[in-house]
Amino acid sequence: MPRRGPGNFHKRLTMKETFQIFGRLIGIMWKRYHWMILLASIAILTSAGAGVVGNVFIGRILVDEQISGILAGTKTFDDLARAIYVMIGIYGFGIICAYSYQVLVSVIGQGTQKIIRDQVFEHMQSLPLSYFDTRTHGDIMSIYTNDIDTLREMISRVFPTVVQSVVTMIVAFVAMLISSWVLTLVVLGFFFIILLSVGLVTKQSAKYFIGQQRALGATNGYIEEMIAGQKVIKVFNHEEESKKGFDELNEQLCVYTTKASSFSNILGPVTNNLSNIQYVILALIGGLGIAAGVPGLTAGIIISFLQLGRSFTMPVAQLANQVNMITMAMAGASRIFELVDEPSETDDGYVTLVNAEEGEDGTPREADHFTGRWAWKHPHAADSTITYTWLAGNITMDNVDFGYVKGKTVLHGVTLYAKPGQKVAFVGATGAGKTTITNLLNRFYDIEDGKIRFDNININKIKKQDLRRAMGMVLQETNLFTASVKDNIRYGNPDASDEDVIRAAQLANADGFIRMLPQGYDTILSGAGAGLSQGQRQLLSIARAACANPPVLVLDEATSSIDSRTEKLVQQGMDAIMRGRTVFVIAHRLSTIQNSDVIMVLERGVIIERGTHQQLLEQKGKYYELYTGGMMKEN
Amino acid sequence: MPEQSQETQIPETVEKRSEAQEKRYKSLHAFRIVTKYLKGSMGSVVLAWLFVAGEVVCEVLIPYFSEFLINIIDPEVGVTEAIDIGKLWMYAGIMIGLALTSTVFGILAGFFAAGASAQFGKRLRQAMYYKIQDFSFLNIDRFSSASLVTRLTTDVTNIQFSLQMILRLVVRSPMMMVFALIMAATKSWQLSLIFLALIPFLAAALLIIAIKVHPTFVRVFNAYDQLNASVQEDLNAIRVVKSFGREDFEKEKFGKVSYFIYKSFIHAERILAFNNPVMQLSVYTAMLLISWFGAQMVVASGNSPAGFNTGSLTSLFTYVMQILNSLMFMSLGFVMIIISRNSAERVAEVLAETPDLVSPENPVTDVPDGSVTFDHVHFRYSKEASKDVLNDINLNIPSGSTVGIIGVTGSSKSSLISLIARLYDVTEGSVKIGGIDVRDYDLVKLRDAVAVVLQKNVLFTGTIRSNLLWGNPNATQEELEKAAKLACADEFIERQPLKYDAPIDQGGTNISGGQRQRLCIARALLKHPKILILDDSTSAVDTHTDSLIRKAMQTEIPDTTKFIIAQRILSIRDCDKILILEDGRIIAEGTNDELMATSEAYRELYETQLGGGDFDAA
Repeated sequence: MPRRGPGNFHKRLTMKETFQIFGRLIGIMWKRYHWMILLASIAILTSAGAGVVGNVFIGRILVDEQISGILAGTKTFDDLARAIYVMIGIYGFGIICAYSYQVLVSVIGQGTQKIIRDQVFEHMQSLPLSYFDTRTHGDIMSIYTNDIDTLREMISRVFPTVVQSVVTMIVAFVAMLISSWVLTLVVLGFFFIILLSVGLVTKQSAKYFIGQQRALGATNGYIEEMIAGQKVIKVFNHEEESKKGFDELNEQLCVYTTKASSFSNILGPVTNNLSNIQYVILALIGGLGIAAGVPGLTAGIIISFLQLGRSFTMPVAQLANQVNMITMAMAGASRIFELVDEPSETDDGYVTLVNAEEGEDGTPREADHFTGRWAWKHPHAADSTITYTWLAGNITMDNVDFGYVKGKTVLHGVTLYAKPGQKVAFVGATGAGKTTITNLLNRFYDIEDGKIRFDNININKIKKQDLRRAMGMVLQETNLFTASVKDNIRYGNPDASDEDVIRAAQLANADGFIRMLPQGYDTILSGAGAGLSQGQRQLLSIARAACANPPVLVLDEATSSIDSRTEKLVQQGMDAIMRGRTVFVIAHRLSTIQNSDVIMVLERGVIIERGTHQQLLEQKGKYYELYTGGMMKEN
Repeated sequence: MPEQSQETQIPETVEKRSEAQEKRYKSLHAFRIVTKYLKGSMGSVVLAWLFVAGEVVCEVLIPYFSEFLINIIDPEVGVTEAIDIGKLWMYAGIMIGLALTSTVFGILAGFFAAGASAQFGKRLRQAMYYKIQDFSFLNIDRFSSASLVTRLTTDVTNIQFSLQMILRLVVRSPMMMVFALIMAATKSWQLSLIFLALIPFLAAALLIIAIKVHPTFVRVFNAYDQLNASVQEDLNAIRVVKSFGREDFEKEKFGKVSYFIYKSFIHAERILAFNNPVMQLSVYTAMLLISWFGAQMVVASGNSPAGFNTGSLTSLFTYVMQILNSLMFMSLGFVMIIISRNSAERVAEVLAETPDLVSPENPVTDVPDGSVTFDHVHFRYSKEASKDVLNDINLNIPSGSTVGIIGVTGSSKSSLISLIARLYDVTEGSVKIGGIDVRDYDLVKLRDAVAVVLQKNVLFTGTIRSNLLWGNPNATQEELEKAAKLACADEFIERQPLKYDAPIDQGGTNISGGQRQRLCIARALLKHPKILILDDSTSAVDTHTDSLIRKAMQTEIPDTTKFIIAQRILSIRDCDKILILEDGRIIAEGTNDELMATSEAYRELYETQLGGGDFDAA
């Protein structure tokens, strides 16, 4: 049951790549399910064997031995009954095997899918932020929605068919060889004719199939874009042009679909009738053979052969039917493995954050329980000693250069320092590098040159998770999760008690509106808090940071909204959590800026001015211009 | 299956059953709507069916003749004469002829079926797409863009794929079954009774499996949606996840849903796994029964060509496969219909939707000027809504003036301006442009005269030029440059290596938000509208540029009536008239000075933003 989304393009893989991917896939399956795979293979073999034995039974046992025997008086119906009992046993066993392998295969298929799915997600969590920033979410999503699913279908449908087909062919071939090698040669001849014609049809069909997938991708891509902009289309009276563009793509899709499905439709009749012709030719040659008195040739053998020949050649058609599916699954698998092979965020940090209490001499000492105070645990490899430093929130940046792309530096020689409890405000135009600086502080990206120190420890030495735990973030875009309000607030501090959560909400000024929600703190938010106003979402995100209670806070202030009541609450909330912490804030509000200890004015990745509000105004530089720019000009 | 979950065991209540009936009716209706688009291909469909019929006849006749072939090889008891080679050749010839004919029929049927279903898909897709082009904003809102996209892509593809399968199966399987049964009966009516006993058994078994498995699949698909939603959420919030170091928690969350899917799927497949064994059971039973009774009949007749012989026996074995296989295919078709049912319903919903905004019979095609009047306007998005979105709005805006609109999120600013371009229809009262009710204008002419820069504006794949040309397909380079200059977009366009031919990605994601907004304004300006509406269209533009744009509009297009919705009080301070909206009502209106004097709300806003609040140097 495929759920193929739009834009599932076909990536062309070379034969070598296809085999590599295939091998890797088998490796994953084998590692977890080797016993089941063996068991399933045996079951498939047995069940296919039972089918072939049935063919032999009809010709050689039923017609040759039993019926001829009874007719000739050498056998009785009791003998026939015995033969049938044996067959009931064989068939019964075959049926049990058929059921077992179906169940086994579904476990293997689903299990492998789960392994891959979980692995993809787990790996995705470890990827650096640059991975997410350089790809559209749609592309990443399509791995989950399309590729993994196609792969599952291949594993649970294609694999059994392939194994069963191959097994049937081998068993049938052996049975034929034992019966008559002359007729086997005839069947082999036909086998190659069928192979040839199937190859011919499949080649054509694959060509058009790829074209069809491409046309489908193009059409769906167009649909996606146009429907998303449907309101703009309406406003610009652009309906007719939009239809025209659609019709062209739709027509092309229709042409390819017609060709692709025509060829896949004729595969059935062609192979089916080729095997019919093989049947007749076998009977003909067999009959002529008996007439010519070829030794060892009986009617029973021929009748068996008529069935065996089919069992031998029909799987070819079944296999051919799977080719397109395999191509598609392999293309999907290559995208999956691409993600899995993407290098994880590196973390060579060894300095960790530990609970600490004060020793006799006032220095921190590691504690095994929650103390409310934290210290950096810094092991020194040289003399295998450990030093502890209080977590204070002292941040320095020393001559930092950085570029998202190698060779394209966006920050140049940024130097700044913030003592514990100080507020640093960044101002500057969009693209000046404000967000970039905050991205470096918690190592979402790594700097190219210079040094960043946290409490005098180079942040490269600090374990990333611990570094980030020491540094809270309130982003402009408030991302909430599908969970209760309570759980959203304690997202950064899962150990927080309900009281902690409420205290954090009160601090952030969020308590009031939360209590108005239908289930208060237990209200489940869905769709990233779609039911809440922008301001309320901001309040929650402030509460979330307050609950995590980090000594350092990075704030990306949202541009003020017109809702002046919530606005005031947000401002107060912001002010409240800034108290007593080292704060880096990308500021939009005058009050925030005025309250800052130091303001950094950024332009094109360089700090061009720094100082307090008053100092900067007196400088009459860029800051003055920005400050007066919008307002003074119009007065 | 011990873990058969509890909820599936709960007996259906009466209400639920009527709900189920309702659902069945709905799906039938949906199939009727969807299959209408097969009409244009009925020729191909009928031809495909005819050829399939021909193919089936040949296929069933082949085993019929194989009896005679076998009889020649395996002669009657007591007949010792040599094999009749002449007859052997004759029957072989007939059968090969039948096989070749069947191939030709099969190929032709395949071609026509492929053509018919591809055409069907094309028409269905087109009908939906065209329909959506006629949708009003209200229609679009009702479905949401995302859902329309899924319906147009995944759902249509699903239906088309199913149809292609069903188109062949619907004739092939029943015909094959009936015809093969008849032929089997001509060989031996007694033995054919075996089929009559087995067919109901197999049919019932397959049906039960299909019905049993359906709810589990529904559950699986719901879980899938949940999984995808959680991945989407994680992707959107990846900065939060990482900055709080909650990667492991996210993995755990994902793992739970993932495991649930795994479990449910295996549960479903354990039921589905019965398909094959049930089929084999039927086939094997038939074969052994035929072997037992058939052997007795062969012996009784002495393997005479006139009576029941080994040839008849082998033909019957072939019929076993043909008859039972066709049942299997029928169940496959049934499953296909079940699967495509939801898709068909979702597609039919779009097709059945009536666009609720159309041009009047004898429309006014000329918009005299840009004056706007709201006369006791009430508006709600749907008739069922309990509360007015706009409540008794009265306005009189002379042509050429500039109107600023301000108010909290949800105060219906966007709703108000959308009535001007007749993006929605008023519920009560009237909106007039140039003294004429907007409902009397031709829609295209009206919207040509009223340019709206929507809050959620988008650019389309192409170039800067191709996007600007949306405003006026015949615009000259000079006109483009002028509009760009007005919208303060000229500077960044000139900075692009390819200037006006610089590529724009889908949604305009390759340029910044502020640049995007400026291009959208330029695009609207190219329409030379009588009324220009900017719905929060400069929010990502810095204050300085924002003021430049406003100034340019003041001086360059003085005759155009301008409506500006803004978050920043700075953006609307100089308007001829400022409206403050709250809960769908105008609570104050006037110039900046008037409002400062009279409106408490305005003053408060002014204070928070300009007095001590907003320093937006963005």
